[in-house]
Amino acid sequence: MQISVRAPAAGAATAVPILSLDGITKTFPGVKALSDVALALYPGEVTALVGENGAGKSTIVKILTGIYQPDAGAITLAGKPVQFPTAQHATDAGITAIHQETVLFDDLSVAENIFIGHAPRTRWGLIDWPALRARATEILGRIDADLDPRMPLRELGIASKHLVAIARALSVDARVVIMDEPTAALSHKEIEELYQLVERLKAEGRAILFISHKFDEIFRIADRYTVFRDGQHVGSGRMSEIDEGELVRLMVGRSVDQIFPARAHQIGAECLKVVGYAHPTEFDDISFSLRKGEILGFYGLVGAGRSEVMQALFGVTRPSKGVVRIDGQIRAIRSPAEAIRAGIVYVPEDRGKQGAVIGLPIFQNITLPSLSQTSRRGFLRLAEEFRLAREYTERLDLRAAALDQDVGQLSGGNQQKVVIAKWLATRPRVIILDEPTKGVDIGSKAAVHAFMAELAAQGLSVIMVSSEIPEILGMSDRVIVMREGLIAAELEGAALTPESLVRHAAGIGGTA
Amino acid sequence: MTDTSARHIPDRLHSAAARLLKSWEVLLLAVAVAIFVANSFASPYFLNAWNLSDATFNFTEKAMIAFAMALLIISGEIDLSVASIIALASTAMGAAAQLGLGAPALVLIGLATGLACGAFNGALVTGLGLPSIVVTIGTMSLFRGISYIVLGDQAYRGYPPEFAFFGQGYVAWVISFEFVLFAVLALVYGVVLHRTNFGRAIFAIGNNPTGALFSGIQVRRVKFILFLLTGAMSGIAAICLTSRLGSTRPSIAFGWELEVVTMVVLGGVSILGGSGSIPGVVIAAFVMGLVTFGLGLLNVPGIVMSIFIGLLLIGVIALPRLWAMRTR
Repeated sequence: MQISVRAPAAGAATAVPILSLDGITKTFPGVKALSDVALALYPGEVTALVGENGAGKSTIVKILTGIYQPDAGAITLAGKPVQFPTAQHATDAGITAIHQETVLFDDLSVAENIFIGHAPRTRWGLIDWPALRARATEILGRIDADLDPRMPLRELGIASKHLVAIARALSVDARVVIMDEPTAALSHKEIEELYQLVERLKAEGRAILFISHKFDEIFRIADRYTVFRDGQHVGSGRMSEIDEGELVRLMVGRSVDQIFPARAHQIGAECLKVVGYAHPTEFDDISFSLRKGEILGFYGLVGAGRSEVMQALFGVTRPSKGVVRIDGQIRAIRSPAEAIRAGIVYVPEDRGKQGAVIGLPIFQNITLPSLSQTSRRGFLRLAEEFRLAREYTERLDLRAAALDQDVGQLSGGNQQKVVIAKWLATRPRVIILDEPTKGVDIGSKAAVHAFMAELAAQGLSVIMVSSEIPEILGMSDRVIVMREGLIAAELEGAALTPESLVRHAAGIGGTA
Repeated sequence: MTDTSARHIPDRLHSAAARLLKSWEVLLLAVAVAIFVANSFASPYFLNAWNLSDATFNFTEKAMIAFAMALLIISGEIDLSVASIIALASTAMGAAAQLGLGAPALVLIGLATGLACGAFNGALVTGLGLPSIVVTIGTMSLFRGISYIVLGDQAYRGYPPEFAFFGQGYVAWVISFEFVLFAVLALVYGVVLHRTNFGRAIFAIGNNPTGALFSGIQVRRVKFILFLLTGAMSGIAAICLTSRLGSTRPSIAFGWELEVVTMVVLGGVSILGGSGSIPGVVIAAFVMGLVTFGLGLLNVPGIVMSIFIGLLLIGVIALPRLWAMRTR
């Protein structure tokens, strides 16, 4: 499977794109992920792809790498129409991707990782180990990576793994290199090294698609930009012709056209207070308070530490410092069981793994934390369980064939309703919702929002972690923005705008 | 929420009868009946109350362990050291008998040894987070190894006469003490697994340990208790077996762990955890007992018998899968 594609001569950046996508549309059940979008990549240039979470960036990367097939649209590579029915086709065409979490093999060596799928062979069809190592050494040398090709990948740090991924990109002589948030897990020094590498790839005439949420690096490294919003192409051009403000405006748009429930409620006394919450690696110095009947939004980029704070509050992880008070009383929360007893419940982002117990029927999912309530002396009372499950599933308008149906057979939105019903049945005081509408279809989304408003109106305190700006703006009374494990801002009233959220989350300097 | 028409969701999709008919237990029961009928035709000695009573000893001790093992496997763990726990418990009882201790003390020692071994396994698995299959393969060698060091090629004999009751006594007519114990334990385990909060927690953990933890289940505590129970049941099996044999050798109950696991899996417990039932394990115990007894009456050698058990296991497990493929 040896493919050799010559990179075009390095040097002057021509105005002809090496790769262009036009009119790309991709629909998933219930969601239009991409709608008639265009993207062009130029040899020797870095194009930044910018957009909020859910704007369709990952979908376009998956189309480019042959993982998804577009429903409509054309891909043109070096002037010729192409299709990538499989990932191998994309690789053979010289397109390679370096992901946030690099897709590499921990138990194989550096050299094996670089050449996986296209290792040099002897004439007997066996892997030519000396050639493999020699070529790996040569490629690693080209990117100044001081790595032993024989070393197992497991022993490398995340930055070195990125270097291996880049070496892998070079080994197939890629014409197009996609970097999906490559600096998300790197330190400052490592980021600098990555920038130099990007410069070198540019100089070799490769086209680079650079996906990042960090504005400083986009302005430093990119030559062009393309902005997606809600699966649509909203603008592209040269970086020299745009400033930060304009880019933010393009990203978030002005139309918050989703309809959110009108909120008529009274915010009562403080019921939860967190002071000086800290974790050795995930977050530090987190202090906030939550009042009765309030919806407190937590906004931030993926990896800002929001879920980690919530999971510590719920007793899944142990904070190293900090105090939690509920109604003024200090509560030590060392396990989810203790959190539930203290009245704090958590609807996790990872519904399939942490939220629902797939394999158990709906009613058993709902009564799982309330068994002490439905049972007598430790013995189950099924009639009580069905009664409790019925009460809360009907309140949430669950769509299911029967209460003894496996929760795994339900749609994402209905599974979410089961998880929420499970917690409401425990009659909590604080409910934490982590990305409550992620992967939920539009109809169920509105139902979840309406229900959230209803809960707050009934005096429940709600914490909502969300990466969707419209949802944050439409639902929250107050918003805490987190960045890199710290609270970056607390916004409410007039200060709560899409621009302020993005600025604080991305750490764009100066503005308060 | 517009509650103009709160739609009604029925409790159950299928009636109790329909669920029963489609269940694994019914299929297995049919297999048991078929083997029973085949045996009664194959050997004139089969349909004899005393012979049948003898046959129950083929499975009662293993089944006691299988009940606890079923709970453990449903929760997503396994204990392969059970046969070695029998060896260690039996050795401890033998040593105590040499010192002249009476039957009540011996029972306590057997039970305590089982509990201690279970606690050791449980602590390693839940405390250190080690995989149970690795831990218990290790303790399988460790526990039996201690027996070999203590006994070498010797054997303990000379148990007090009243100790014989546990493995050789009869409660009434042909009903042995072991069989009664088996029946009582089956009932207790059935109730615990299917009718208590603890049993529900076991199913939740087996289907999704993270989800169970996030629902407030004390996952590690439940698993530790299950290891304790498995150890205790191995101790009880050691009491019965030692009493029945009247002697202890380090090779006692050799290879039983696989027969116990076979019984559990044959009973319809998913080896991946999350599903299974005690009635299924009870029927599986009878199936295995009847097969070994029937083949024994026909003078089939032990090696061939294990081939039969192996084929039976694969056959019964593969049958529903093949059926599903045909009807798809």
